[in-house]
Amino acid sequence: MTKQGPGVQPDIAAGRLEPEAYRAHFADVHPPLAREAALVEANRCYFCYDAPCIEACPTGIDIPQFIRQIATENLAGSGRTILEANIFGGSCARVCPTEVLCEAACVRVAQEGKPVAIGRLQRYATDPLLEEGRHPFARAPRTGKRVAVVGGGPAGLSCAHRLALLGHDVTVFEARERLGGLNEYGVAEYKVPGHFARNEIDFILGIGGIELSTGKALGRDLELSALRRGFDAVFLGMGLAGVNALDAPGEDLKGVMNAVDYIAELRQAASFAGLPVGRRVVVIGGGNTAIDIAVQTRRLGAEDVTLVYRRGPEAMSATAHEQEFAQINGVKIKHWARPLRLTGSNGHVAEAAFEYTRLVNGKLAGTGESFALPADMVFKAIGQVFVADPLREDASEPLELEDGRIHTDEEGRTSLAGVWAGGDCTARGEDLTVQAVEDGKRAALSIDRALRR
Amino acid sequence: MADLTTRIAGIKSPNPFWLASAPPTDKEYNVVRAFKAGWGGVVWKTLGEDPPIVNTSSRYGGLSYKGNRVAGFTNIELITDRPLELNLREIKQVKRDWPDRALIVSLMVPCEEEAWKRILRRVEETGADGVELNFGCPHGMSERGMGAAVGQVPDYVEMVTRWCKQHTRMPVIVKLTPNVASILAPARAAVRGGADAVSLINTINSIIAVDLDRMAPIPVVDGKGTHGGYCGPAVKPVALHMVAEIARDPECRNIPIAGIGGIESWRDAAEFMALGAGAVQVCTAAMHYGFRIVGDMIDGLGRWMDGKSYPRLDAFRGKAVPNVTDWQFLNLNYQIVARIDQDLCVKCGLCHIACEDTAHQAIAASRSGGERRYEVVDQECVGCNLCLYVCPVEDCITMVRLDQDKGHLDWTRHPNNPLRKAAE
Ligand SMILES: Cc1cc2nc3c(=O)[nH]c(=O)nc-3n(C[C@H](O)[C@H](O)[C@H](O)COP(=O)(O)OP(=O)(O)OC[C@H]3O[C@@H](n4cnc5c(N)ncnc54)[C@H](O)[C@@H]3O)c2cc1C
Ligand SMILES: Cc1cc2nc3c(=O)[nH]c(=O)nc-3n(C[C@H](O)[C@H](O)[C@H](O)COP(=O)(O)O)c2cc1C
Ligand code: SF4
Repeated sequence: MTKQGPGVQPDIAAGRLEPEAYRAHFADVHPPLAREAALVEANRCYFCYDAPCIEACPTGIDIPQFIRQIATENLAGSGRTILEANIFGGSCARVCPTEVLCEAACVRVAQEGKPVAIGRLQRYATDPLLEEGRHPFARAPRTGKRVAVVGGGPAGLSCAHRLALLGHDVTVFEARERLGGLNEYGVAEYKVPGHFARNEIDFILGIGGIELSTGKALGRDLELSALRRGFDAVFLGMGLAGVNALDAPGEDLKGVMNAVDYIAELRQAASFAGLPVGRRVVVIGGGNTAIDIAVQTRRLGAEDVTLVYRRGPEAMSATAHEQEFAQINGVKIKHWARPLRLTGSNGHVAEAAFEYTRLVNGKLAGTGESFALPADMVFKAIGQVFVADPLREDASEPLELEDGRIHTDEEGRTSLAGVWAGGDCTARGEDLTVQAVEDGKRAALSIDRALRR
Repeated sequence: MADLTTRIAGIKSPNPFWLASAPPTDKEYNVVRAFKAGWGGVVWKTLGEDPPIVNTSSRYGGLSYKGNRVAGFTNIELITDRPLELNLREIKQVKRDWPDRALIVSLMVPCEEEAWKRILRRVEETGADGVELNFGCPHGMSERGMGAAVGQVPDYVEMVTRWCKQHTRMPVIVKLTPNVASILAPARAAVRGGADAVSLINTINSIIAVDLDRMAPIPVVDGKGTHGGYCGPAVKPVALHMVAEIARDPECRNIPIAGIGGIESWRDAAEFMALGAGAVQVCTAAMHYGFRIVGDMIDGLGRWMDGKSYPRLDAFRGKAVPNVTDWQFLNLNYQIVARIDQDLCVKCGLCHIACEDTAHQAIAASRSGGERRYEVVDQECVGCNLCLYVCPVEDCITMVRLDQDKGHLDWTRHPNNPLRKAAE
């Protein structure tokens, strides 16, 4: 082993692996179920009355019904049951942490510790519909009402789809060149490999009545007041545009990056072999973003990937399943340590120093002891934040915030008349794709009620 | 280990597990493999007169139930399609090589005394242990005046049985068709004709499924299908009932019974024996899994008998027969209600919705603090057992007895019965 300390060149390189390895590492983590396997699994469902799984699904999919439709080989009906409640049913089948949602509630967990594989069955039922590409829903007669949707992520597109379905005309304003939000730029590649996210969006747009305006950012190219004047209603689904700072010295060294930025680059990369990755990678954080960057850098060929989190495993927002997945992928997880400083040479990071932590009277405190990890790359994954600036233009009528995000009521109404919001940019619910989809759908129904009044 | 030696109609076998007359017993090759695997006896695939019949291609249909294959099975095959001479030669050889196993030859020839006489003489020469008269085949043969066409007419059953008893020294087993209104009519006829035993059931007239693309019954033969003989696990309840009817019928005079129909395990076999069967015959299960299933049948039955201290098959054979009675003699004072073990309950709600929608609204659903709870309302519960069977958790729902010291009251004496007998 070559000894590398401060003052030595960072070991960052592209093309660390053979081409087949990239293909294997970024292929579907959970390959689709074959017909026989799907039938056996579908028949494990008890078709519960008042089924707990339905309640555990943020979008309230009629899970026993769609599973029964798989069992009776009414696959088209099954897919439709799912998409009626959740137009992103295909994505959700792949990205939902089912182990803490529907599958955690499945009565088979209590009975035998093994839930019905709801997520994989959902994929089995939705894949054919998406592959066929024909949109299964028809729009209601046009209402002549126009709604502006800001943000083309799961929340915005779910809202747009439902509004279009109900007969309204929708314009989606999206800051980026491509729609999809974190489905397109954030979620781990192996969960939605290839162009799944794009294809799904094409499918969703197949409803018609949704006009797209990409490359248009609220606050830069558009103003909220103008949207409120020009449209009958406005929905904000802007996600979280900012990231938390580490507040540790050395954060601005080269080689220190936001995990979400690197993942966005990875998700858009024409070739994974072209992505430079460090030999030794340190990830700071405890959520799914931390897990995702750790696993994906390992899969790009990083030799040592260490994830450092300031509290214990149960406090991590990454589920136990995700943590285990990272470990299986050779990621080392160190708990109870917080960053002290990042140091380097020639302006590039070379080492990350941490202080051990513990709880003192329920509060996190440093122990005074520390350790250092050599690092060619350091990723910050300590949370994203909502950036309210684009909404601050009209000080006379400010949008009410709550914990730094947009405040809404249950239906998604903000403090401004005619303005709804949903998804990660709001204070309600978990930061999950499925929650964003539900927020968008619920707001659309609320908007529809308001516009028909 | 318990002694499984079987003796029925004067035929001995080391265990009660025989292969029924069907493809598994079609020829020497199969039968030798079966004996090597441990089967106690075989009933050779039914022989007829030359020229042999011809079978269709596409002969079977299977019924899958929720991912379980061959819950039911159907076939449109006829009797053996091999020359008589070849079969007889092989039978003779097998019996010589396997003297301790039961080898019974199934027969079906036209309803003429000469025909039966002719074939019986030839079978006798093989040294076979007995014959089984196939009065049961529901398809193909009955159209030619054989099989079920005979089995459905008690007078014919009696007549042919009598001919056979006259023309052979071999024990005669009469195989009964279930495609009758009451199994007792042909069973009694067989007894009158002098049969040494009856075996049942043969397959049930059926269409197992319809191919909705080809719009034809399964199995489809070049676009068309016909009714077949239904068998496999799904028919066991039908067979058990018919066996019990014969076992408890005085006119059948305790005729030995070989039980057939859906037997797949030692447990199935034990149930048939508890209802009076002295031996059992198996077809579909062997066709599904191969001959090796007999290993656990022998082992499992022996261990179960040891556990119950039954040293021989006779120790429990027919033990359930006295408890099979007519509905009118059941105690109407007996009252049970469901009990849900709340610690085992997984909150699937199936008991509630079943009772609520289709029975007696006796399981209340409630929520306390988000937690689901299902509870029996004793006053409404009639003790029907529905919830017990829909509950997916073993032992979660049990039925407890509520009537204390009410005595026996059956329909024959019930006040609601206009024809009741006066109380003594
Ligand atoms: C790395 C990572 C991995 C994740 N993995 C999972 C996972 O596996 N499973 C899961 O359920 N969830 C996962 N999530 C969370 C999930 O992606 C989000 O909860 C979900 O995408 C939120 O949807 P949204 O529509 O609210 O926001 P976003 O998906 O962020 O979409 C917001 C959209 O608005 C646009 N926008 C922003 N500002 C403006 C503006 N001023 N004007 C116009 N448009 C604007 C953005 O460009 C974007 O397209 C992950 C998140 C990250 C960061
Ligand atoms: C508990 C129960 C009670 C039944 N009672 C009657 C009845 O009173 N009259 C009747 O004609 N059929 C009765 N049946 C038979 C059913 O109508 C039906 O013919 C039979 O169950 C077969 O249908 P299935 O197995 O597909 O449900 C009853 C069935 C069940 C299960
Ligand atoms: S909880 Fe499980 S068994 Fe019950 S309906 Fe849902 S998936 Fe089926």
